[in-house]
Amino acid sequence: MLNLQLILFLIFGALAVAGGINMLRSRSPIYGALSLILVMGALAVLYLLLGAEFIAFVQILVYAGAIMVLFVFVIMLLNAQPLPPHERARFARRLGLPAIFILLGILAAAFALRYSRARLAAGSPMFHVRSIGQALFHQGLLPFEATSVLFLVGIAGAVLLAARPETQSSGTDTPAVKAADRSGL
Amino acid sequence: MQMPLKIYLLIALIKTVLSLAVMASLIAYVQLAERRIVARMQSRVGPTRVGPWGLLQPLADTFKLLLKEDITPSQTSSGLYLLAPAISVTLALLSIAVIPFGPVIHIFGYTTPLQITNINVGLLFILGVTSLGVYGIVLAGWSSNSKYSLLGSLRAGSQMVSYELALGLALVGPVLLAGSLDLRKIVAAQAGGHWFILPEIVAFLIYLTAAFAETNRIPFDLPEAEGELGAGYHTEYSAMKFALFFFSEYANMITVSCVATLVFLGGWAGPVFGPVWLSRIVLPLFWFCLKAAFFLFLFIWVRGTLPRFRYDQLMALGWKVLVPVALANVLITSLVVAWR
Repeated sequence: MLNLQLILFLIFGALAVAGGINMLRSRSPIYGALSLILVMGALAVLYLLLGAEFIAFVQILVYAGAIMVLFVFVIMLLNAQPLPPHERARFARRLGLPAIFILLGILAAAFALRYSRARLAAGSPMFHVRSIGQALFHQGLLPFEATSVLFLVGIAGAVLLAARPETQSSGTDTPAVKAADRSGL
Repeated sequence: MQMPLKIYLLIALIKTVLSLAVMASLIAYVQLAERRIVARMQSRVGPTRVGPWGLLQPLADTFKLLLKEDITPSQTSSGLYLLAPAISVTLALLSIAVIPFGPVIHIFGYTTPLQITNINVGLLFILGVTSLGVYGIVLAGWSSNSKYSLLGSLRAGSQMVSYELALGLALVGPVLLAGSLDLRKIVAAQAGGHWFILPEIVAFLIYLTAAFAETNRIPFDLPEAEGELGAGYHTEYSAMKFALFFFSEYANMITVSCVATLVFLGGWAGPVFGPVWLSRIVLPLFWFCLKAAFFLFLFIWVRGTLPRFRYDQLMALGWKVLVPVALANVLITSLVVAWR
């Protein structure tokens, strides 16, 4: 059983990494977005392997099913073209690759110091819907609510910035019909 | 009850094959039923020539679609163009994996639920899978490289994302009452005739409305409005690739009907009598199918009755009516649950 888990972990871990690399590499926005969806899906499977069903499906529902749909939607709506190669990209690559390895090293060291092997293998009871609810709405109620207010402020700000005054149509498909005409239709 | 792995795999395989076979033939015959019922509503006869009462018509249609010329327009993004119908149909069929059709049964000394697999967040699984379904449509429209397809898929994208919210929020009420996301536990919580349709009638109506929008059915079939968009997102698809989109639309209809049955109508509950095989297997399955069939009939009935909404009306209904009412329903239900 452990072997099967290991094989699945390797497959989906590799898929997640490949998707991430492809997202950075691809010049076409739509393929970049699709690679990101692949990463989200592979991560969801990894959560499933850890026994975290709730988080896995919420990951699919929220990230792949809602956020990425909006990304793809915007890319299609604006008909975003592939980006031309950028001068500064080479500089970023030179700096970025070592940075990735340093970051990975720090993370691995932190995990190795903090968690013993046995404890990692045992898994965490935190994954059930009830315990997640307890954590969010009891122990972490204040930060949770503060975050939601933060999001609300963000949304209000985005609407304020995006809404231009003196335009009557809001939707993309809204016909420019006056209310008086509409009632006569 | 410990069963050997081999037997477990065998039972799982039998259940999967059986469910897929039933689903596939059901899709074909829902479509025939739709043609006959809509024909009757319009004082026509519908297909009657192939087989008795037209019963072999789906078979003839399948052959026709298989034998038709498969055209791939030259300006498409070929990989995604091929992938889109496959995504659509895979995701549409995936959700039946967690739908329970009946109670746990004992057969040949083994115990198994009438369901491919049970997971304790089954409802979330179905919502997650249906939320991905939009990619099939959106990618089809984009990769076709045609303005009608693109407009259709943009409409589908915004419509499905908007109504998914109302759909999910409507299901929160029954989930709160049942205290679980496990579909079997939701059904068990309705035992004894306490169907959630009565306390959660508001949620039921919102779910039903959102389900029509999620499956792109009339009156919300704007993604394929033939009067203005050719055929919408599948304009450039032909033969079997078109059939796959068609297939997934009906599979999605069946899925939302099954979820409505499970969450609001008590699943397979109903009067049972007689010997064990009748009262434990056949009658529960019968009641489940009857309830699901009612919803499928409703889909067809509405198609024969209502005209199509305008796009801004659709968005206004979703965001200004359904979502606020669903939120209020969640609030009231949680207060009641907390009070008890």
